[in-house]
Amino acid sequence: MKALMLGNKAVARGLYEAGCCFISSYPGTPSTEVTEEAAKYPEIYCEWAPNEKVAMEAAFGACLAGKRAFCAMKHVGLNVAADPLYTMSYTGVNAGLVIVVADDPGMHSSQNEQDSRHHAIASKVPMLEPADSSEAIEYTKLAYEISETFDTPVIIKMCTRIAHSQSVVETGARIVPTKAYEKNIAKYVMMPGNAKKRHPVVEERTRKLAAYAETAPVNRVEMGDTKLGVITSSTAYQYTKEVFGDNCSVLKLGMVNPLPVQLIKDFAAKVDKLVVVEELDPIIETHCKALGLEVSGKDIFPMEDEFSQSLVAKLLNDTATDSIGLSEPIPPRPPVMCAGCPHRGLFYTLSKHKCTVLGDIGCYTLGAVAPLSAMEMTLCMGASVSAIHGFNKAAGEEAARKTVAVIGDSTFMHSGMTGLANIAYNQSNSTVIILDNSITGMTGHQQNPTTGLNLRGDPAGKIDLESLCRAMGFARVRVVDPYDLKACGEAVREELDVHEPSVIISRRPCALLKYVKHKPPVKVNPDKCRGCKSCMRIGCPAISMKNKKAVIDNTLCVGCGVCTQMCAFDAFETAE
Amino acid sequence: METKNIMIVGVGGQGSLLASKLLGHLLLSQGYDVKVSEVHGMSQRGGSVVTYVRYGDKVYSPVIDRGEADYIVSFELLEAARWLPYLKKGGIVVTNTQQIDPMPVITGAAVYPEQLVEKMQAAGAAVDALDCLALAEQAGTAKAVNIVLLGRLSHYFDAPEAAWLQSLEAIVPAKFLEINKKAFDLGKNAGK
Repeated sequence: MKALMLGNKAVARGLYEAGCCFISSYPGTPSTEVTEEAAKYPEIYCEWAPNEKVAMEAAFGACLAGKRAFCAMKHVGLNVAADPLYTMSYTGVNAGLVIVVADDPGMHSSQNEQDSRHHAIASKVPMLEPADSSEAIEYTKLAYEISETFDTPVIIKMCTRIAHSQSVVETGARIVPTKAYEKNIAKYVMMPGNAKKRHPVVEERTRKLAAYAETAPVNRVEMGDTKLGVITSSTAYQYTKEVFGDNCSVLKLGMVNPLPVQLIKDFAAKVDKLVVVEELDPIIETHCKALGLEVSGKDIFPMEDEFSQSLVAKLLNDTATDSIGLSEPIPPRPPVMCAGCPHRGLFYTLSKHKCTVLGDIGCYTLGAVAPLSAMEMTLCMGASVSAIHGFNKAAGEEAARKTVAVIGDSTFMHSGMTGLANIAYNQSNSTVIILDNSITGMTGHQQNPTTGLNLRGDPAGKIDLESLCRAMGFARVRVVDPYDLKACGEAVREELDVHEPSVIISRRPCALLKYVKHKPPVKVNPDKCRGCKSCMRIGCPAISMKNKKAVIDNTLCVGCGVCTQMCAFDAFETAE
Repeated sequence: METKNIMIVGVGGQGSLLASKLLGHLLLSQGYDVKVSEVHGMSQRGGSVVTYVRYGDKVYSPVIDRGEADYIVSFELLEAARWLPYLKKGGIVVTNTQQIDPMPVITGAAVYPEQLVEKMQAAGAAVDALDCLALAEQAGTAKAVNIVLLGRLSHYFDAPEAAWLQSLEAIVPAKFLEINKKAFDLGKNAGK
């Protein structure tokens, strides 16, 4: 039956049909739905791991045990999991092991725009790249065949526009191949003597995969007009076809590592002009140039941002589309912390105390946005906790008395704990604030090791943050309610003033969680409101000024009451 | 048939994903090739969000670019104006007249432009504007703004009403079906 299916859901369907039995992932846009959709098949064991490294190693263990295994992550997650990846390339697999990495050209929800193909090349692991949902199913199943035939993990590269686009698919049945576990020390114990023998195996495998790439059906030639020949993959293929249809010839690469040689040379010989159309880095183009081919690519197309059909039309076909618009400026609508977001009160407190805030990855990165403007660094998962230690050691005691690190509960479990161990061990006078909203918020509410529930929402182990921090050697661990501005202020001031490391846990569940009960909207008493705009300093989207009086948007306000603490004239009234 | 383009725009959290899902279902049932592209993650937190729906004999690209949209379906007035450059010459804007202030307007750093419907028309767009929030509330829930809009959009489509209702039944949870059917009718018949 034909159906419209999201690219990520199609990968999950491919996993189901391929007989995948074990999935361990860490959520990250735009990869999250692969694991969430796979969890809807009761035949597949699915879990959220604390981070991508753990997820990939867990999946490796499952493949070693003889079951087809899988993990998914966003592009920067593959950096975290690079360590196991590069050596799994040496050990190879038992049952098939497939990894999805989802790039985010255009940075819709990411901190950088890195090109994951570099990891495939550097780790010498084959990489497939589907261009729609139908290919996502097909390539996922093919990935397991390649994995088991060539004894290697296989990476499937998605990107935002493939992962989060629905297109037409047809589904098939599930077949579950399994293998027995066999002890094989020479293959699976990567100490120098064994690894030295495995490296030539990897090189030989790459030669075989390159030979496979020459005739693999996923690398296909679509001959049209031969004046222009385009080598492309993924979304760039779709944009090229949209613009040119059959008015150019296309070599569509479904396998982007290793790349074929003769197939490309033969294609190049048939066309007058050869162009590589690829988003981000010039990987295919560099390969073509190494083959001695005359080829255009990044001399025409940008290295930055995602492409579109009009970009391809403009740069390759010299055609432009007319458009209309208003002459006056349209105010931007940046994302903001939700009304009732528990992070707001805490960030207001940090802003008020003029703290230097080293931040982390999550919804709360929005603390950097005006009017709160209470974040001065965001790098990668866990970096706040590690960096505050270095910052305070280098900047000295006075700076340490106003510097804090902020990190969410899920991000803390991901990569914050090791940074905290460094503070406890090497003793910087650092104040770390864990923003515990009892969920992984940014990626759409995934459970984590502190929530007490697993991926499917069933009861699971629960790590107690206070006990964990104390066990690491922190004598000062305290919990505050971020809706209580007075308590937040006291906690921040006191912990910054003491001459020892401390942890503040700012605890309140995300206001969007279904189980969170909301209070009635706050009311403004217009007689008391003097229009001083004090309440505007918290950046709540539910509050605006109309005719010099504060106005509450009843459809947004959840009655958190933070604004009522800002008002010196008691103009806000809360229903009890 | 040449590929047709519908953009659904609004403010994160307004329910545009359901609207695009319903449109995708409808167009597939009418025998078209369909692609629907959504944005998840950071921008969903009250930011400007856009979903692309494309249909035809064979659809390649999942996205819509400037000057390409046959229809812009907007959940909020400012968002209709923001995405207007994406409208094709002769294209139609179907918009909710509801106004939601973005943070720069709330903080006073920017002003919400006035008379946007008239300005969009002056720029050359055909604009079909209606108060979807009021109609949704009339149907029984403010959350049905998306279905009111789709009811309005159905004016411009060849698909029979029965096909729309089938898609509504397939996508909307059963307990909200009656309210949504009412919302669809109110949108469809508004101004008649």
